[in-house]
Amino acid sequence: MRITQGTFSYLPDLTDEEITHQIAYALDNGWPCSVEYTDDPHPRNSYWEMWGLPMFDLKDPAGVLMELNECRRTFPNHYVRLNAYDARYGRQTTALQFIVQRPANEPGFRLTREEAADRQVRYTMHAYATDRPEGERY
Amino acid sequence: MTAFGMRPPAPGEESPPELLSPGAVVDLARERAESRVDEVLDALDTELVGLTPVKARVRQIAALLLVDRVRARFGLEAARPSLHMCFTGGPGTGKTTVAVRLAELLHRLGYLRKGHLVAVTRDDLVGQYVGHTAPKTKEVLKRAMGGVLFIDEAYYLYRAENERDYGQEAIEILLQVMENQRDDVVVVLAGYADRMDSFFSSNPGMSSRIAHHVDFPDYTAAELEEIGLLMLGREGYGLAEETGPVFRSYIELRRAQPRFANARSIRNAIERARLRHAARLMATAPKVDLAAVTTLLPEDFQTSRVFAGG
Repeated sequence: MRITQGTFSYLPDLTDEEITHQIAYALDNGWPCSVEYTDDPHPRNSYWEMWGLPMFDLKDPAGVLMELNECRRTFPNHYVRLNAYDARYGRQTTALQFIVQRPANEPGFRLTREEAADRQVRYTMHAYATDRPEGERY
Repeated sequence: MTAFGMRPPAPGEESPPELLSPGAVVDLARERAESRVDEVLDALDTELVGLTPVKARVRQIAALLLVDRVRARFGLEAARPSLHMCFTGGPGTGKTTVAVRLAELLHRLGYLRKGHLVAVTRDDLVGQYVGHTAPKTKEVLKRAMGGVLFIDEAYYLYRAENERDYGQEAIEILLQVMENQRDDVVVVLAGYADRMDSFFSSNPGMSSRIAHHVDFPDYTAAELEEIGLLMLGREGYGLAEETGPVFRSYIELRRAQPRFANARSIRNAIERARLRHAARLMATAPKVDLAAVTTLLPEDFQTSRVFAGG
């Protein structure tokens, strides 16, 4: 099941050229970019691992793309996403975030029903990938 | 997963620009005018005194890039020329200034996407402990992408006496990026000629990746005088008629003294003359006019210790 989170997630995967354009847009707006990766696809997993520090003072997308490709090379079967942070006072939040790499095979989620008190049923999601330990999931 | 069809393909985006037929003729002069490269070259000529070999080399590079652009329109494939450079020359010969101009020039010619200059020294590239150097060097390189990375006094990167020095690591990362991302960044190494030579002899990989070695000659006395007048003019000062010869002999004397740093020494001399000029006005003239506040008199230079024999 294809994970959809962040911007552009209903579009076909972006090519490097398209990613470069997006990075350029972020940099032109003065948003520093950072790269993150994870192998836990759960939608509530907001804290992905950081690939290096956020990149400040960049003028050209080539630098961000270089880090991005390095992260993809190191984790060829992880999810990798790109963040652009708007540090302006009053906003101070992620302005743009999109997935730039996903595992070839995404097994998806299982719905778990939990029997609680008074015959209540609680529902939760469980990613099949997380049955295996970290680093061996994809 | 590609059949979403949410974006119609932009028309004409895929088709490459039409190639010229082999019989076509391209107007080089117009190409040149369109790139507006002459503005930068003219500014280089008028604002920088002397430096004939440097200007010649910059012109050659500009011409090559322009011709390459025309060749590309005929469909001739040519690898992008490597433009990493090494500027050698004494202190104050204008290496940094030329690097700034170069960045702008390469931007106008479409070789660099942004055309900014990031000037760094060893401190900015080399870390203080194990594992600190690589991220630091990479960060600087990323900042410089799309522009020029200017490494001042590059020979300090390599310390022959300490084989565990982290400078070596920085050099290796630099080399890697210089080779693999030639399109993204132009690296300019600068430093004094003799030390750069020994730096290159101990780092042959660096030497072979640098296509252009540009030597900045020391200025002659006449050129220094011209530079001094330019600097004065830019700051709204002028020399009184009788100050001219004094200024000239000041330059002659200063040139012979140790630690002479070409244009930088001239700038310092002018700064000190301005101080004396202001002090003299305060001490002597209760009322001043425009001429008085803009004109430097001989005594503003004569009281320098250069005239007192050092």
